Amino acid sequence: MDIRAQISMMFHLDKCIGCHTCSVACKNIWTDRKGAEYMWWNNVETKPGTGYPTKWEDQDVYKGGWKTRGQDITLRGAGKLRGLLNIFHNPHLPVIDDYYEPFTYKYLDLIESPAQDDQPTARPVSMITGKPIDIKMGPNWDDDLSGTPDFARRDPNLANLTPAEQEAMFQLEKMAFFYLPRICNHCLNPACVASCPSGAIYKRGEDGVVLINQKVCRAWRMCVTACPYKKSYYNWSTGKSEKCILCYPRLEAGHAPACMHSCVGRIRYLGVMLYDADRIQEAASAPEDELVDRQLDMLLDPFDPEIIAAAKANGVSDSTIKSAQLSPVYRFVKEWGMALPLHPEFRTLPMLFYVPPLLPVMASVSEARAADQKSKMAPMAKKWEDDWLYNTSTEELWGTIDQVRFPIQYMANMFGAGDGARVTEVLKKLMAVRIHRRDVTVGDMKPAKVKATLADVNLTPEQADEIYTLSTLARFDQRFVIPPAHREQAIEMLDFTGDAKGSVGFGFREQPARGN
Amino acid sequence: MSPLDTFLFTALPYVAIIVFLGGTIYRYRATRFKYSSLSSGFLEKRTLFWGSMPFHWGVMMLFLGHLIAFLFPRSVLAWNGEPVRLLVLEVAAFIFALSVLWGLAMLMIRRVGSARIRAVSSYMDVLILSLLMAQTVLGLLIAWNFRWGSSWFAASLTPYLRSIFAFQPDIAAVSAMPWLVKLHIVGAFLIVLAIPFSRLVHVLVVPLHYIWRPYQLVIWNWRKDRVRDPESGWTVTRPRNT
Ligand code: HEM
Ligand code: SF4
Ligand code: SF4
Repeated sequence: MDIRAQISMMFHLDKCIGCHTCSVACKNIWTDRKGAEYMWWNNVETKPGTGYPTKWEDQDVYKGGWKTRGQDITLRGAGKLRGLLNIFHNPHLPVIDDYYEPFTYKYLDLIESPAQDDQPTARPVSMITGKPIDIKMGPNWDDDLSGTPDFARRDPNLANLTPAEQEAMFQLEKMAFFYLPRICNHCLNPACVASCPSGAIYKRGEDGVVLINQKVCRAWRMCVTACPYKKSYYNWSTGKSEKCILCYPRLEAGHAPACMHSCVGRIRYLGVMLYDADRIQEAASAPEDELVDRQLDMLLDPFDPEIIAAAKANGVSDSTIKSAQLSPVYRFVKEWGMALPLHPEFRTLPMLFYVPPLLPVMASVSEARAADQKSKMAPMAKKWEDDWLYNTSTEELWGTIDQVRFPIQYMANMFGAGDGARVTEVLKKLMAVRIHRRDVTVGDMKPAKVKATLADVNLTPEQADEIYTLSTLARFDQRFVIPPAHREQAIEMLDFTGDAKGSVGFGFREQPARGN
Repeated sequence: MSPLDTFLFTALPYVAIIVFLGGTIYRYRATRFKYSSLSSGFLEKRTLFWGSMPFHWGVMMLFLGHLIAFLFPRSVLAWNGEPVRLLVLEVAAFIFALSVLWGLAMLMIRRVGSARIRAVSSYMDVLILSLLMAQTVLGLLIAWNFRWGSSWFAASLTPYLRSIFAFQPDIAAVSAMPWLVKLHIVGAFLIVLAIPFSRLVHVLVVPLHYIWRPYQLVIWNWRKDRVRDPESGWTVTRPRNT
């Protein structure tokens, strides 16, 4: 056993309102620079949709992640042989147009315009060439299903859905969507690290944060191909790759990462997980239907005395073990089995987990006689004339989950490597917690039914209450259980951070000037 | 032996080599951030393929050829003893040079023709491409006009180059060379001179260690087997992670 600590994340998708505050927080701190304008280390995409960069999930196009080769796994589009042979020209490198050409507007033209008959306009200009451009795309062009024929319909996760299922998803009155916020997953088997010929990318032993050493990166640009989540970005100006750093300077100072701290919906949780590094290889090369199980098996119980002893022997500090015990991520992922990794079939063992959203699945629109509805309402209530009712009734519990308006298979393609049963299980738990809470607060449910519901998903009423509390009422320090940094082990804390301002990230002081 | 010859074949080589050594080492130590191949494939990928691939594969071969002739002149002469083998060598080298020339032309067209690439181009980029292009054209002309280069290079130029590295420059042979050859030699030293000031430094950091290293890389700021050991003393010396 080789026990290590990993700071891991959990995003509760039922709570995401798609406001992009996280993206803006990250951009303001880290990527508001030349060459990085197009980068969104944190981005939020609408699902169904093609995402950012366009169709990133389609590895037939981008060749990211690992694939099996016999008993083993190998990088799909990079690696020792393929990477070195393609080093002069990487055929699988995404280009700027796959993301979008960064642009600004000539605002000055508005101010400096001479008096004239027509209104002056601020033309869009490219932030690369400075020339006027027609804006064709942005990082969230398909927000809220806009441009559905071009975007949502081309979602790679629709591939194995029946035509009928696909049609059903896009009927106007049945349409549903949810948001998928994404940052780097700080994977246990990172494809970016494995693909870097220079060895510039590494995983920090102490907390598992994956970083790119800017001094060692030489623009061989293999990580951009290898990361199946497209979370390693190429800075076209400095000639270096960059990625989410999990705000490690903030973590070391005890602050939550900027995107998480600023999250309006409070969907984000962060905490330590202990895992067994000896099992990485085995878990990453498991058969597709076992991938999630094997990954979850690697994550260890921080209360088990044997595991605590082994962790200590491996240099994990007491305070980190304590954080692991308090970790909200551990509870959601391991204790309650409610959070799943995104696209486990990419085999990087991502350590960002998602609670899949129940709402788009559960609510269906049914026809109801307007007259019947009106009779139920108070005389003063506003009345609608149409006959459609947004039905969130919990009468036929599991019935709604199976006859969902959002195909389970679609969710399964994202969170279960195609296994619908696993996603259904999580959705049922989410539903059961709601029913239990309705029983507690409204009290209009049949007690036998409530009991049966909880029993069906193996939850006790106490657990359901805890899930409810951590999902909805959790305070800041319950959502973010950040292990105290140890001065003697941190990179930054021995330096005066003021010195690093305006230089390349942290860790060394040098103007981010491009070579020539 | 004119003073010009002395300057070009004695002074220039030493200046080039000293600047190359001092410059690259200084750049590596002081501004390592600037060591990069500065790939521009992210902005334009299609023409790059037709430029970078033929250029790099060709230039690798030509570099290897020159290196072999420098290190093992006798073997080259022995190989060339058989006319068929000489012809194979010369034709192969010529084809590689054409491939380099083609690649350079594409790279140049792309560098000045594409607005996006111009945005990430320095004068040095254009200078380097021009220098390499001139060097390649000179090489092709020499190969065509003064046959067979692979033999006389090994016989006359290798001794000259070796005399440079032995600090006993003997320029009698090169002084007698045709001006095309002289220009080619000068070009070579100019390229060496330009390395520390250009993206050519990427040639010095070719990631061959990738072949031997394990795929995954985990770095502890502190040795995990010692960090909790009460016997190990605390120190402010941080283990470096580069
Ligand atoms: C094994 C050795 C080499 C490797 C791995 C290598 C790799 C690279 C890479 C990755 C690029 C960037 C291509 C892109 O834009 O994506 C590049 C560009 C370049 N390389 Fe090399 N290179 C090598 C040897 C050489 C040599 C020997 C020369 C010339 C003497 C050379 C000259 C250049 C030039 C001039 C460019 C710029 C091309 C442009 O205008 O875009 N390289 N190289
Ligand atoms: S998500 Fe991508 S960039 Fe982040 S660790 Fe995994 S492979 Fe690397
Ligand atoms: S953790 Fe920090 S660096 Fe990473 S996406 Fe969030 S704000 Fe950006």
